[in-house]
Amino acid sequence: MERELIMGNQAIALGAIKAGVNLVAGYPGTPSTEVLETVAKYNPGDIHVEWSVNEKAALEVAAGAAYCGARVMVTMKQVGLNVAADPLMSLNYVGIKGGMVVMVADDPGPISSQTEQDTRHFAKFAKMMVFDPSSPKESYEMIQDAFDYSEKYGRPVFFRPTTRVCHGYETIEISDERKINRPEGFVKDTSKWVIFPRTSYMNHQMLEKMLVDLSQDFSTYRFNQVTGTAKKKKGIAASGVSYEYVREIIRDREDVKLFKVATANAFPEQLALKFLEGLDEVIVFEELDPVVEQALTYICGRYHIADVSIFGKLTGNNVSAGENTVAAIAESLAAFLGEPKLGKSYAAPQFDAEQPQLPVRPPVLCAGCPHRASFYAVKQAMKGKKAVFAGDIGCYTLGNAKPLDMCDTCLCMGADVTITQGIHHIEPDTYNFAFIGDSTFFASGITGVVNAVYNQADMTLIVLDNSTTAMTGHQPHPGTGVTMMGDVVNKVSIEKILEAIGVTKIVRADPLELDMAIEAVKSVVELEGVKAVIFKSPCAAITKPKKAFRINTDKCIGCMECISQIGCPAIVLKNGQAYIEPSQCFGCGLCSHVCLTKAIEGKEQ
Amino acid sequence: MSYNYLLCGVGGQGTVLAAKVLAQTAINMGNEVKTTETIGMAQRGGSVVSHVRVGKNIHSPLLPMHSADMIIGFEPSEVVRNLAYLKEDGVVVVNKKAVKPTTSSLSGSDYDGHEMLEYLKKCVKTLVIVDGDKICEECGSPKVLNVALLGAAAGTGHLSAGETELTEALLSKVKEQFKEMNLKALKLGMESR
Repeated sequence: MERELIMGNQAIALGAIKAGVNLVAGYPGTPSTEVLETVAKYNPGDIHVEWSVNEKAALEVAAGAAYCGARVMVTMKQVGLNVAADPLMSLNYVGIKGGMVVMVADDPGPISSQTEQDTRHFAKFAKMMVFDPSSPKESYEMIQDAFDYSEKYGRPVFFRPTTRVCHGYETIEISDERKINRPEGFVKDTSKWVIFPRTSYMNHQMLEKMLVDLSQDFSTYRFNQVTGTAKKKKGIAASGVSYEYVREIIRDREDVKLFKVATANAFPEQLALKFLEGLDEVIVFEELDPVVEQALTYICGRYHIADVSIFGKLTGNNVSAGENTVAAIAESLAAFLGEPKLGKSYAAPQFDAEQPQLPVRPPVLCAGCPHRASFYAVKQAMKGKKAVFAGDIGCYTLGNAKPLDMCDTCLCMGADVTITQGIHHIEPDTYNFAFIGDSTFFASGITGVVNAVYNQADMTLIVLDNSTTAMTGHQPHPGTGVTMMGDVVNKVSIEKILEAIGVTKIVRADPLELDMAIEAVKSVVELEGVKAVIFKSPCAAITKPKKAFRINTDKCIGCMECISQIGCPAIVLKNGQAYIEPSQCFGCGLCSHVCLTKAIEGKEQ
Repeated sequence: MSYNYLLCGVGGQGTVLAAKVLAQTAINMGNEVKTTETIGMAQRGGSVVSHVRVGKNIHSPLLPMHSADMIIGFEPSEVVRNLAYLKEDGVVVVNKKAVKPTTSSLSGSDYDGHEMLEYLKKCVKTLVIVDGDKICEECGSPKVLNVALLGAAAGTGHLSAGETELTEALLSKVKEQFKEMNLKALKLGMESR
């Protein structure tokens, strides 16, 4: 293959294919999604690729395949790992036969996530090894190493890139060669594959020993490196993309001693001792938790290296939350090395002119998004009533923005369904709503509905069914009837699931037919028990507009009702009247239902 | 030698494809390239930025402050938001038309991009303001804004590649039926100075 511009996530996928991966399972989540999609795209035909219903399912499917000797990869974002934690914690005790890589993408910032949790810490907790690439190019190589190490030690391993590695592109030469791995099949052995307290005790001892061996092993691992010679007895340690930021600043300077840590667990202790030798001060650059900083501090204590000071997040030298930047690292390095010039060259320039106030531009529901209509319908139906609207993870979290203001809570996947029940039990006079998307419903909404019916909660479930996993880029799910293997399969019906659980009443409505949508909500809310409205209308990003709407300037009185009620990004105020931006309008027509003077007119396209 | 581009705008304006064309142009000329872009939550109507870095000894996928040889802005306020990335003598190519966010319509503010352009005139030595709307109208599609701006960027004579290389890379990234329209947008963009 020729030299191409490859995204970090694509590099991970292509590296896994090269390493002979036999099965890949995952659940979409930014910044991890493109890994699985790329495997599916370049599937030579013999790799089983699936979007599982959630991360726990994905990990268990992969574990079964790895028991058979298959090389497997599981993909997810960091919060997805919380869902997969139950099987993973046990699986590391049990072990695997085929190499198993758990690819978890962390999201410093966070740019697109609920938490800034650090999978390197999770690796320590789970007693697993973790590979932490610094660039797309390195990811391509390192993911192949990860499979080898997994098989060498018979344990699942973490591969943890962060957003800037996942979504960075780099020119990489991709090899056409591919390892062929033929799984032996499942060999029965209850002493190995059945987890029991007795075996877990023994496996725990074994894991502790493994981590000691790994620390030795990783001290000579090719991507853990110590380079340069220290000037003034000062050294720098860095991991992940922060290593690249440091290199951006120090380039190829030989007078800087730099420790690159690619495996935060097991920490390469012997290599760390070599790095610390002859140093007085060390500064550590890493994102999320101070994992490397703590490890170095621990090593100094353990080996009685009293005269080395370790600086980083814990000492207040570097930011404790959010992303690192070249500018911030340059400033910190300048102070540490006593080279003020370093910081200045990366600082933001000053302009003489006074900067005008910038417009605020938060993400919003797209023009034509059916969720906007669903939220508006519920809002209208519940006008003047005491109601709580629980939201969930997906595009529809954006329903919180004004003027809709229809997302009172958001916690984690599926939590709206159950939080609603808690509120009901304490505040029974409130109308309680849970808004959940179709993909989230399959991922972790169903058990919540069972819980509600069983424990006699009074709530209305609003299913926002747009027939895709929109937020992460339109992945299929059980309700769509297509798989990542390209098969067309029976669609799993949300309505039938709700029926089977015993929901009191289920109605379906098209949210874009506003009057009927409002009626649908009104028809169920006064009933007792668990009620559901399924709002079905496809995501605007995967369908073509049928109509175009415009403002009749003779009729528009400039009352702003359309803008202040629904907040569609295609409608702006122009010369005292509403104006629909033709390039943005999707033709959903919701605004025409809201207009008081019937000034918004639609035309077939 | 290295060359840094920053492309900025609002989600849906086509910044990503423009960045890909610039990157492909550089690769075709035998350069090493690193890029990165906004993906996910922020895409939906929010500010978007693509970083394109060309040359050797480049490590960070994101541009450091003060390092962009050129900013290609799809919207005036987005250039102002990212102006700290511009080098001392860097070039700015900016689309004239403002995209008014819902927040400003709601508050009834009259943001129209005018004062942003005035501010840019004061701060930037080499500034090219492009009437992207007009070019899109002539080409018959609002989707060619990105290519029109690339054309304008090439027209400054400050691109890291020539017109021929840029055209070749562009043609490799667009579908057959849209090639003619894109070539027209590129040409009109180049003439827009």
